[in-house]
Amino acid sequence: MSKDVKIVKRTIEDVTKIRRTRLYIPGNNPAMIRNAPLFGADQVIFDLEDGVAINQKDSARILVRNALKSLNFGETEVTVRINPLGTEFFEDDLKEIIPTKPYAIVLPKAETHKQILQICDKIAAFEERNGMPIGTIKLAPIIESALGVLQAEQIALASDRIVGISPGGEDLTADLGAERTIEGEELLYIRSKLLLAARGAGVQVYDTVYTNVRDNVGLLLQTKKIIRLGYDGKACIHPSQIELIHKSFMPTEAQIERAERIIGAYKIAQEQGVGVICVDNKMIDVPVVKRSERILKRAEAGRRK
Amino acid sequence: MEFTENIVGRKIPKKINGRKLQPFMGLGQYTMPTHKAATRIRRRLSGETKLLQSIDEAIEKSELKSGMTISFHHHFRGGDNLMNLVIKKIAEKGIKNITLAPSSIHPVHAPLVKYVEDGTITNICCGVTGPVGDAISRGKLKGILTVRSHGGRARSIEDGDCRIDVAFIGAPTADEFGNLNGVDGKQACGPLGYMVPDAQFADMVIAVTNNLVPFPCNNIFINQNHVDYVVKIKEPIGNPDGIVSGTTRITRDPIRLGIAKTCVKVIEGSGLLKDRFSFQSGAGGITLAVTKFLSERMKDLDIKGSFGMGGSTSALVEMLESGLFTRILDVQAFDKVAIQSLKNNPNHIGIGASQYANIHSSGAAVNVLDTVVLGATEVDINFNVNVVTESDGRILHGIGGHQDTSEGAKLTIVALPLLRGRNPVIIDRVTTVTSPGMNIDVVVTDYGVAVNPECKFYNKLMKLKGINYMKIEELRDIAYELVGGAPDPIPFEERIVAIIEHRDGTILDVVCQIKE
Repeated sequence: MSKDVKIVKRTIEDVTKIRRTRLYIPGNNPAMIRNAPLFGADQVIFDLEDGVAINQKDSARILVRNALKSLNFGETEVTVRINPLGTEFFEDDLKEIIPTKPYAIVLPKAETHKQILQICDKIAAFEERNGMPIGTIKLAPIIESALGVLQAEQIALASDRIVGISPGGEDLTADLGAERTIEGEELLYIRSKLLLAARGAGVQVYDTVYTNVRDNVGLLLQTKKIIRLGYDGKACIHPSQIELIHKSFMPTEAQIERAERIIGAYKIAQEQGVGVICVDNKMIDVPVVKRSERILKRAEAGRRK
Repeated sequence: MEFTENIVGRKIPKKINGRKLQPFMGLGQYTMPTHKAATRIRRRLSGETKLLQSIDEAIEKSELKSGMTISFHHHFRGGDNLMNLVIKKIAEKGIKNITLAPSSIHPVHAPLVKYVEDGTITNICCGVTGPVGDAISRGKLKGILTVRSHGGRARSIEDGDCRIDVAFIGAPTADEFGNLNGVDGKQACGPLGYMVPDAQFADMVIAVTNNLVPFPCNNIFINQNHVDYVVKIKEPIGNPDGIVSGTTRITRDPIRLGIAKTCVKVIEGSGLLKDRFSFQSGAGGITLAVTKFLSERMKDLDIKGSFGMGGSTSALVEMLESGLFTRILDVQAFDKVAIQSLKNNPNHIGIGASQYANIHSSGAAVNVLDTVVLGATEVDINFNVNVVTESDGRILHGIGGHQDTSEGAKLTIVALPLLRGRNPVIIDRVTTVTSPGMNIDVVVTDYGVAVNPECKFYNKLMKLKGINYMKIEELRDIAYELVGGAPDPIPFEERIVAIIEHRDGTILDVVCQIKE
């Protein structure tokens, strides 16, 4: 590494941005790629992995590369799910995609700390080759195996590039030998463990997809559950799931009103140098302020779309 | 050929095929005729029968000769057999040089291409979808295609511009005295609205049915006064599967749903969405979704509308039945639910084409319409709309009620995705002007909404929050950027194959033969 290499660090914005929905778009579907900014998702994931048949891998990679080069996706955050380390496509995926500067690489089948470091080295090499500061491209690993879950803390802490982690529902339940249910108790421990790992590392955590695209009741139930657990967002496999998830993330009027009062009181307290403040006879400390900020951020996003 | 330019900037020949053409001048600017055409006086004495046994016999009785004009309705849509059947018989009799003036031609009429090529049919007056339109674009029709809107067609028949010698009316049910019913029988299709001017003004009116019932039949849509003969035949005049769909499903495409939601926001923002609101719906993907979202919004705001206008669908019927509208005015029905509603619900009212949309009448229903949501094949930066020619220049659609409702309604919204396949839909100049831009208020696309600066709701709409407003030129720029630039101009031959009439009878545009 030459001495004049620039490095960009992860910012607060990188790990607090509103990412309620992450829409998977198959990398070989030009119409959907073109329409990506219209669906209203906070983030789109152009998929080169499971959503693309083995004989379409090259064409999908080229299509996504060219789309990222030439289309304007507006406010929608764009990421790309590449093929996992150890496949013949991994290196080509990075080589073609990194120069087009997606916000992040979504990394499937993350299992160990060491593997993340290996991948980050590769990304760094491509960044350097393309004259980009090291750390430009963020990373969002998906944990899809029992081994990965056990290593979740190390994975989340492995790199400064990581902005969030998520469980991969289908692969995980298969690896565990569990059945997938609407209630989702088979994933409860895993979801909780990943949440802890993410928060421990100061990053976000996003839930896996709800696969039955016609079952809005089940989707609503699952989304409410993961919001209560503390999740920051949920992946979607169909654009029709976006609106419902956004509605689920919308705080209630009472929550918004209280959050506004807390933030207001906190600002005044800071200006006046007051240490401890109370709202509704309850003591307000920094964690409460943080939670209120998140509520207001979600409310603002919810009003927009 | 001498040309003049009309007010939408299109070159119009002064004369074509012996007809003097008046260029389009804008709403109410032309000199209109003073009287409608007179109809033939008929006489039936007691004991005379109207009943005939075959199409052949009907053609003979009608005294149809070469050079005459005949008409049909398109209420059987994709299930129509009658027009193919009758024209085959006409051709077999060696009759030539027919002007075909039905209310529409559909892909099911592909067999007519042969009769266009052999000179049985030499002129056509109507909207055309499918292979016949394609053949006309390739120069196969010896005369010319005159494309009129539904209201324009009614006007042309009543004014005498288009004199129908023989009208063949496919009747789902008829009695032997010539009363026709559209809601019973295998080919039930709802109102026979487009055939009302033909029944009233054609020199000879022949009803053809598979379902003859004893006089008098009920639910009479066209009455015995107008019908010269009734023919009962065994061969099916229509295939029920092609006539109606079951119930049309709302699209799940989130892009189209998004466009529909925006339309409802615009309607609400215009201030028109209040008690006594009236609305025309279509059966297309986006407009059907608009109907659904509009219903929900009307329920939320507790708004009681006055009437919904059809093409009726189950979605519109649902609005009637849930009290969101007090009446449906209906010129054609698209599904079984709508047909049943017309039959059974006294608040579902069938109307004729003139009552629906004829500008030369003392009261077209389109004039009291608050809002209509329409589609388009192309829209240009002057808001001119094309619904007739495809982006390769071929004639592939009719105008339907587009011109009539867009001119009549207080707020006309054109809703469409910015790209269709790889073609930009908002462009510099539409291939063919079929509705003038002065009648289009708002264009709603997936990328943004453009309001015509001439729209009387402009200031009100621009204040509306949560709408991604853009200039129409900006939408065009996005469309061009997405497809890699402005499309090349379509190469045409010099020969004019079709003229596009405005609903008032003046000429909006012409269509030339495509270069092959």
